[in-house]
Parts: sequence; C-alpha cells; structure tokens
Amino acid sequence: MAENPQVDEVTGTETTGHEWDGIRELNTPLPRWWLYIFYATIVWSFGYYIAYPAIPMVSSFTKGMLGYSSRAEVAEKITAAKAGQKIYLDKIEGSSLEEIRTNPDLLEFSLASGRAAFNVNCSQCHGSGAQGVKGYPNLNDDEWLWGGTLDAIHFTIANGVRNDQSDDARTSAMPAFLKDEILDRAGVNDAAEYVLSLSGGGADKEAAARGKAVFSENCVDCHGQNGEGLAEVGAPALNNAIWLYGGDKKTIVETISFSRHGVMPAWGKILDEATIKSLAIFVHSLGGGK
Amino acid sequence: MSQRPSGRDVDVIDVAPVNKKENRALYKKRTKIHAKRTTGMYRSLKSWMIVVLLAIYYVTPWIRWDRGPGAPDQAVLIDFVSQRFYFFFIEIWPQEVYYLAGLLIMAGIGLFFITSLFGRAWCGYACPQTVWTDLFVAVERLVEGDRAARIHLDNAPMSLRKFTKRALKFSIWLIISLGTGGAWVFYYADAPTLMMDLITFQASSIAYATIGVLTFTTFSLGGLMREQVCIYMCPWPRIQAAMMDEESAIVTYRGDRGEPRGPYRKGESWEERGDCVNCNQCVVVCPTGIDIRDGQQLECITCALCIDACDGVMAKVGRPQGLIAYASLGGEHRRAQGDSSGIRLFRVRTLIYLLAWAGVGLIMLYSLANRTDLDINVLRDRNPLFTELSDGRIRNGFTFKILNMASEQRTLILSIQGLPGARLKVVGSEDLGESTTPYFTVKPDRVHSVRLLVSAPRDALPSDAVDVRFILNEVNATSKAHYDSVFRGPEK
Repeated sequence: MAENPQVDEVTGTETTGHEWDGIRELNTPLPRWWLYIFYATIVWSFGYYIAYPAIPMVSSFTKGMLGYSSRAEVAEKITAAKAGQKIYLDKIEGSSLEEIRTNPDLLEFSLASGRAAFNVNCSQCHGSGAQGVKGYPNLNDDEWLWGGTLDAIHFTIANGVRNDQSDDARTSAMPAFLKDEILDRAGVNDAAEYVLSLSGGGADKEAAARGKAVFSENCVDCHGQNGEGLAEVGAPALNNAIWLYGGDKKTIVETISFSRHGVMPAWGKILDEATIKSLAIFVHSLGGGK
Repeated sequence: MSQRPSGRDVDVIDVAPVNKKENRALYKKRTKIHAKRTTGMYRSLKSWMIVVLLAIYYVTPWIRWDRGPGAPDQAVLIDFVSQRFYFFFIEIWPQEVYYLAGLLIMAGIGLFFITSLFGRAWCGYACPQTVWTDLFVAVERLVEGDRAARIHLDNAPMSLRKFTKRALKFSIWLIISLGTGGAWVFYYADAPTLMMDLITFQASSIAYATIGVLTFTTFSLGGLMREQVCIYMCPWPRIQAAMMDEESAIVTYRGDRGEPRGPYRKGESWEERGDCVNCNQCVVVCPTGIDIRDGQQLECITCALCIDACDGVMAKVGRPQGLIAYASLGGEHRRAQGDSSGIRLFRVRTLIYLLAWAGVGLIMLYSLANRTDLDINVLRDRNPLFTELSDGRIRNGFTFKILNMASEQRTLILSIQGLPGARLKVVGSEDLGESTTPYFTVKPDRVHSVRLLVSAPRDALPSDAVDVRFILNEVNATSKAHYDSVFRGPEK
C-alpha cells in the first residue's frame, strides 16, 4: 500500500487500498486534537503503571509506587465509620434500656444499628421483616414466649434459648405427653379440643369437656387456669389467635404428643453489649413491645 | 469628511474572508481572525449586553435576602448539601425539581421564539461564548492595538516588547478567567464565607477544582478558540435553521442594492452600479471571519457588527444606510416586487412559540402560587404486610415522611379515614399510647420521619385490602395534607 498510495478522486483523500465490490476504503486522517488526546492517554498510562497496582504476575502483581490498595482504602473507611459511631456506642453501652428508648438521638441510632444487626444475625430464622415462620416467633406481634418488656427481650437475646453457651439460657420443659406415655391418644385428643376451645375454636364439645380435666391435671401449672400462659417458664398463651407452630387441630395434637423445644443462640457470647441493646430496642419497637 | 483631500474616502482593505463556503474542509489549520474595531448602534448594544450580563453573573451571589434565623441569607443559592434551591422568596425542595424542568422548557421555547424572529440573536448578543469572547477581544485590543497592529505583532519575531504585550494580555485573561470560575462557586455556598475560605486556602478541594476547570475553559474557549467553538463545537448552529423561515429577520447583505460592487472614487456617478464599494470593512470586522455578502452562512452568529461597519461607510460615501441590515428573505422578495412591508413579526410560527412559552409560564406561575408548604408521603410496611395481634386485631406499619417546608415549628394532628375502629400509635421516644388522632411537632424546614402502627378489629375489614386516607391537619391553622394508602389484612 505504502509504495502505491491511491487517492480517491472525489474526496482527494488517500485510500487504504482495500476494495469491496468497487467500494474503496478511505484512509481519512484522525482529527489532530483526537490524536493528541490519544497519545496523551498512552503517556498517562505509563505513569499509571508506575504509580498504581497494574501488571499481573504469576502469583502476585506489581504493587505500584504509591502503595495504593482498594482493600486498605475500604478498611480505612470502616475504621473511620467505627470511630464516628463510637460516641453513640459508648453511650448506649453505658445507658439503661429505658434511657436509650426515651432519648431521641440514642433511639434513632440504636434502631438503625439494631436493624442492621438483626438483618445479619437474626433474619435467617425470624425473617427479614421479623415476621417469623413456623417454630420461630413473629416478633411484630404482642405475644412473647419469654416476656415482651425491654429487659426480658434483652435477656432472651443475650442468653438465648436452650443452648450450651449460656448458663442462663431460657429453657422450657414441656413433656412429650404421648411419647413419654403420660397421656394416651384419647387424652391427647381431648386436651387438644379443649385448647382449641380456649380461643373460641374446636368442634367437639364433649371432647373439650373431657379435655378440661386433662388440662387441669397436666397443663395449668405452666399454661395457667385459662391458658393465659406464663412467660417465666416460656409457656405460651393458648387463649388467643397467635400460634407458633399452627393453630389447627392436627398441629396441636402433634405439639402435645411430642412437645416442641425451640432453640436460639446466646448472642451475648457472640455480639458486644451495645449491639445486644440495640437489638433489644429494635425488636421492642417492632410493635409488640410491652 | 469634506475636509479630506480628494481620492479615497474609504479605507479599502485587500482581504479575503477566513471562512468561505468554498474553502470549507474537514481538516484545516485555523487561520487566526483579527477582527477590526467598529462603532455604531449594534456595537453599543453588544457592549451594554456584556456589561449587564456579566454584572448579573458576578453580582447575583452577593445579593442578600433575609429568611429569618437558621436559613441562609443568600438570595440565589443552590445548596446541594441540604438539598435546597433558594431564589429570593422561593425555596425549592428536591421533589419540586420540575420547576427547573419548566424553566428549561421555557428557556428552550423562548430561544425558538427569538430565533424565529431574529435568527441567531442568542448567539450574537447573549451567549456566554459571545459575551466572554467579546470581553477577551476587547482586552486584546486594549493591549495589542487594533487589527493592523495585532497582525503586525503576530508576524513580528519574539522581542521584549512582544513578550511584554503577550504576557500582559494573558495575565488579564487569566484574571478574568479566574473571576469567572470563582464567581460560579459562589452560587453553591454562602458567598462571603466561601470567599474568606478561598483566600485563606481553607475551602474544599472541590471548590478549587471547579474554579480551576472553569478558569481553564474560560481562558481556552474565550481567549484561544473563540469562533471555532461556534463553528465546530456548538450544536445550536446546526439545528437553529429548523426554527427559522423566510420571514425571520437575519443579518443580510442586500445584493440587489449592492451589486454590481466595485471601488468608488469620490465624485463618480452612482448610475449603473451598486452601492457596495467593495471596501471589505464588513469582512474585517467579522469575528467569525466570513463575508456576509456571500449570503447566509453557518458561521454567522448575527452579531450585526458588519451592519455597523457598512453603515459607517455608507454615511461616508453619502448613500442610504442599510446595505447590510436585519432583513428577511420574504421581505427582500416583496421589496423586489415593490412592496416595502419589510419584516413580518406576527406569523403563525412565532405566535405558536409565544403561546407555548406563555402557557408553560402560566402553568408554572399557577403551581408556584398554589404550592403548599406541608406534604406527606406514606410508605407502608411490606414485610410483613400485616401482623395479627393476640386480641384478634390486625396491625399495619407505616412510615410517614412529613415535609414541613415552612420556617417555623408546627404541631400536626394525624387522622385516618375509611377504617372503622382504627387505633394509631406513634413509635418514638415519647410513649404516647394509642389514639385515633395522634399529634406531633415538626421542626422547621425539615423532613420529619414518623413510624406509625395502625390497628383495626379484624371484623371491621371488608376485604384483605382496604383503601384508607391519612389526613394531616395543622393545629390552629388551615394547612392540611393527605395521602391515600391501603390497609392490608388476612384474605377473607
């Protein structure tokens, strides 16, 4: 091509020598400003290679003169953010739950940090909206297995339920009435009918009447005379519309027969005190807090 | 004039226009344009425009406007940090940015309107590129002299004199550029404070970087690139033709009157020849380097300086003015047929532009006059959609964003419509309990966020989604706002 430059007659521009079906490709020069910027970027890139991490090696990469690392930058930002949060975290750690709840600034901070901690640590079982699933309580409603005051919630979070981590872990001890042969199938059925009738349900009035005796003998110690429950031992109220495992007869029979033993880690062994307090404040704020 | 010796009355300059249609090429080295000074009506108009527009630009951020304690006292302020735009008595919040859109639409239609009337009047008189270039050229003329002196200086070898002149010119340009970039940042922060920060080197790096970029662009666009910006960079010359028609008044050389052109000696007869004496004054005063006698051209920014130049020459040779003048194609055609009606301003096109412009303006004025300073947005909880309570009631959670755009604290009462038996509870540091009409105080000029729990008996819900309306009333005042939302319950 170079030895034989062809010039397009119409435009007066050199062609590249390529031709397709009579159409020749013009070798139109690039605008000079464009070309200079292109050269400038090439020069710039050499400076970049030297200053910043750039070239991959077999097991490593060139580090660059500035020693820049995006990972270090993130770490720095996290440190700075932590330092900014420290005054609040210290205040939260040093205040009582009630003091935090009634202080607008601390409340705002602990609700935000509590939500963040909840999403990371609690949402796996309780759901991202704390709405719970079967066996894992809904934290939005106003029924609490272990009490819905700020202090009770805080204690439950810190010590968990039925675990080896904390000596103070909440532990309920409902027997498996059928499995442990305390009741026979008929007794379980009658008790279930009675429990259903406590919240206005159930179809078999006779069985419910028989079940009342079974209930008085076996259940009232924990669940109360009218099935109102007892938070001290983790016995849920049976006289309302909220059921942890389900309120249909089949599920209630299953619960009485084999019992239910839920678990929860002792978060006090895993998270710091300020986070536990924030979590308690957050859970309490969801709407059911007492 | 008459005292002059006979011979040439008019300076005839032997010059070819820098930009000519036939010479257009994609890749061409720029030929520097040394525009000659001119005097006359349009030059005065342009000079006044420069003074007024630059004064508006530089002075506006320094105008004070008292808005009471806690609010900025700068009349025009774009406050990105607290997301407010202040314009004298108007305060715009981010969600009202449609006012800005409306202003831009008005500016656009206004530009169409002016262009349909007078061609590129914007380019010739008001465009920042024109204003600053004019200013830079004035400085150049002051330091280096007029056209002939500048050409001479350009061609001269480097000497102390040349170096001094260049250095002086560039220094003044740089000061103007710095002032331009400097004035820009004052629109975004309290001007006196920022000024002190700037000169004590305590302002943010963004402020310095902005000034730096604008200094560079002002210097290079106004001082060095000049007409190339209009010819090669600006899209407006390419699209403005769509707004013009044969009745648009643009800077025109009246060929029928001027031709045949030729040199004129005093005392010669004007019979059998045109009025154009071919002095090329119109060419040398042109800041974009064209010959207006070639007709309407892409490069022409209709600055009308050639009109001034030609009128001066016509006065000298004793011919009527207006050989180059604002004229329309249609007017020229009619003139050729003996109809001297000239420029027609009222046309369907201009009326449509004017009506559209006024329409948008009226809509904006109406909405501005009727905007409220209280508003609510309600976000309902989606996770969970609803919660069943132990007593059988159904509860929904809502987050309220209450916008108090007034500059005083207000006490507001909330109520709900469409949900019998509803009880409302505000979640917050104060335990207010449940009520049907909770109230709260909202700080001035603030978005107040409130979490609200609404519960209702299950039996009161006719379906799993009930339309409700939240109503916000101000205590002892008439301001109110409402928001329609939905209350969800279990499927029936």
